[in-house]
Parts: sequence; C-alpha cells; structure tokens
Amino acid sequence: MADTQPTTPDQKSIDAAMAALAGSGNGAAHPSRAYPPYRSTALRHPRQRLVVVEDPEAVELTGPVFGVTDVTALDSDLTRQHTGEPIGERITVSGRVLDRAGRPVRQQLVEIWQANAAGRYAHQREQHPAPLDPHFTGAGRCLTDDQGRYSFTTVKPGPYPWGNHLNAWRPAHIHFSVFGTAFTQRLVTQMYFPGDPLFGYDPIMQSVTDAAARERLVAAYVHDLSESEFSLGFQWDIVLDGPAATWTENAEDSRNTEQGENR
Amino acid sequence: MSTVDRRPSTVPAPASAPSTSVSAPASGPAPTPSQTVGPFFGHALPLTGGGDVAPRSAPETVTLHGRVLDGRGEPVPDALLEFWQAGPDGRPPAAPGSMRRDHSTGRDAGRDGVTFTGWGRVPTDADGHYTVRTLRPPAAAPYVGVLLFARGLLHHLYTRAYLDPAADDALLASLPGERRATLVATHEGGEAHRVYRFDLRIQGDDAQETVFLDFR
Repeated sequence: MADTQPTTPDQKSIDAAMAALAGSGNGAAHPSRAYPPYRSTALRHPRQRLVVVEDPEAVELTGPVFGVTDVTALDSDLTRQHTGEPIGERITVSGRVLDRAGRPVRQQLVEIWQANAAGRYAHQREQHPAPLDPHFTGAGRCLTDDQGRYSFTTVKPGPYPWGNHLNAWRPAHIHFSVFGTAFTQRLVTQMYFPGDPLFGYDPIMQSVTDAAARERLVAAYVHDLSESEFSLGFQWDIVLDGPAATWTENAEDSRNTEQGENR
Repeated sequence: MSTVDRRPSTVPAPASAPSTSVSAPASGPAPTPSQTVGPFFGHALPLTGGGDVAPRSAPETVTLHGRVLDGRGEPVPDALLEFWQAGPDGRPPAAPGSMRRDHSTGRDAGRDGVTFTGWGRVPTDADGHYTVRTLRPPAAAPYVGVLLFARGLLHHLYTRAYLDPAADDALLASLPGERRATLVATHEGGEAHRVYRFDLRIQGDDAQETVFLDFR
C-alpha cells in the first residue's frame, strides 16, 4: 500500500497517478474515498460497497437545528475576534446554501476554518514554520438567512506545505462545514480561490476527477462584492447532495411551498 | 423540553408518511463535491459538551463509546464524529442549543442542561476513542445516526449504531449476519449499566468492516 513505501514519492509520481485517474469518476460530484495519490486514503476508506438506503427513516430526513443561542454576530467576522487586526488581504466570502432541488437552506449553520495569511493554522499539531498571527484564530460560523445566504469576513489564507509527497503544497482554501434540513445532506468541503497555480499539483482537489465538479469548488471573484478601500469579494454557492424532506403538516402544504419557491 | 421548536408537533410515521417528500429533480443544481475535513479542525469544530447530548437534568441516560480504527486496526486519533437521533418519545428534536455561545464574551458556553437537541459532535482522542452520553433512542428507530469525518477520508461516512434493536429491523435483516453485527452496539457491564460499545472500523475484511450507508 502506498504509505508503506519507505521513500516519500515526488511530485512527478503523484502527477502521473493523478493523470491516470483523471475523469475516472464518470462525472460523479464526490471523490472516490480510495484515491491513491492522496496517500492517507489508503487505510481510511471502506473496501466494501456502501449499503444503499432507498427509504431513509424520518429521523434521517431531519437534522439538528441551530439558532440565536448558538451563533453570535461577531462569529462571522474572523478579523474581529481579537484585540487587533490580523495580517493579510481582507476578503468577504458569501453565497447561498441550496438543496439539490435548488431550494434555499434557511436558518442553518455554516462553519468555516482556515490557515492564516502566512499559511499557518492555529493548531498545536501544525508543523509549518510560518508565523502564527496573534490576531487570527481562523474559525467562524453563521446562520443562513431566509434566502439561504451566508457571509464571512476574513483574510485570504496562504498556501501551505504538507507531507503527502516531496514538495507538496495545498492551494489556499477555506474549509466549510454545512448542514442541510436533513442529517443525510451533511457536507464538509473546501473552497478554493480562482486562478491558483497549485490546483494541478494537489491530490486533494484533484480527487474530484470530474473537471466540471472540481470547478464547483472554486469561488468566483465578484468585483461588485468588493468594498471600496476595505475588502475583496468572493462568491461561492454550495449545493447539498442527499435526500431532503419537506416537513409540513400535510402534503398539500408541502406542494404549495415548493411551488412558491420555484417562482 | 425546550421552548423553541420550529417544527410541527405531528411527526409522520417513518416509512409511509405522505407529508415527507423526497425530491431530487434532474433539473436541480449540481452538488458541491465533498473534501476531507483534514487534520486541523481542532481549533474550530469541537464544542464544550459536544458529547453530552443528554441534558444534565435527564434522569436516565445511555452512554455510547468506542474507537475508530483504520485498515490496520490502528486507532484514528484525528477523526470527528457527529451523532443525530430521535428522542425517547420518537420525535426528531428541533431545538437549538447544541453549541451555545456566551453573547458577552463570544466564548463557547456549552449546553443549557435541560434541552435535548439530539445532536452531538466529538473528536476522537489520541487513542481513537470517543464517548457520547445521550438519551435512549425510540424503539421505532432504535439507533444513533453516526457521521464520521477524518483526515484521509475524502467524503464522510454515515452509519447507524443500534441499541437493542428488534429482530425484524428492515436494514439489519437485509444484511448478512456477520456484517449485521457491525451495526449493533454491545451492551457492557450488566443490566444496571446503560453503557454500549460501538467501534467503527473504516476498513477491514468483509466481517470486520463497519457497514456504512448511502442515502439516495
């Protein structure tokens, strides 16, 4: 298995392995859990097929609820969580959370975490010898509004090296954790920045072997979202996979609600 | 248990409820791909009292614990587990308060001690171990839903940890015997102790590997 090899592979061998698997997912959005170029997958993917559940039970078509008790207004501004301003390019990242029918996911939790502008996480096991920023923790959360919109103010994270192979670097990214109306819609993913030259070298991003699906991990720079003399604006919409239930008193209400939202 | 509840009081029956519509039109937007949680979520996602799903005021609780193991049987120390279940009354909870924040300091304030939110989040410790203390799930859905995230896992895994399931449970009955056992938590320490062991083997041979579920 890959990580029993005595020597660390170089970028060239990882590149070849990624190239061999390009497009192998037949257009699937999600990566295969067995993706040898990302070597840590070797012992951390099931060998058996997942058991398909065609009829999730009621509890699986619901999910946890979060509210005003769980999120404070400042939680969505990662530049204001300390006494001073963090170093880095100030940015806003905003977008909508939708289910796979295109309906907004309302009043639901979105969490993010990221490295600082130098590419260092505020995490004890982080080994990268880049400076910590005393004014930046790099964790935030917010609730979506009634249109499913979320918004964060932060600084642009830096790329950072990791141990997957020799001279391995992660493209700059922000981790997202998103809840739907059903626990089975749960998504944890990473948002990337447009035009990053590291995309092609990164086996985590390339584990999404379909080019169009991979593109959906990349935010758009939207000039109208930039604030004059303050911040650069990025937009990134998130679409949750998995079954979504509409919980109403009866089916009639459910249909009416869906029609209303489709207008 | 909580004063805040956004869902209707009528809960449809699990299988045949006409008011639960599952929709996935072909014309809908394409899903956002999953990516690994990575190794560095520890400063962002774990919560005070994340595994204390049962309110402190609850007279009777059950404890579910175990280890997350990789394909060599080694503990996975950088996994994150989430739990979701119905309450003993059979209703999926609909109360916030799983991750309360102190509004004056912004700090993690923990749960309020009386509200059952049905949701928990626990990172594994250095030995790959987790513990969640919760209320017993109802007989009609006698399991705790478990989501597993980890470094090296590109897309989370979902499973059910059954506590004392009925013999005719539809999912369990559909599985071969040795695989079925991977979904049933083991009762530990005698009748008086409501402690259950549930290990998650991400990878193993046929009989060992935990059954993971794919919802359509």
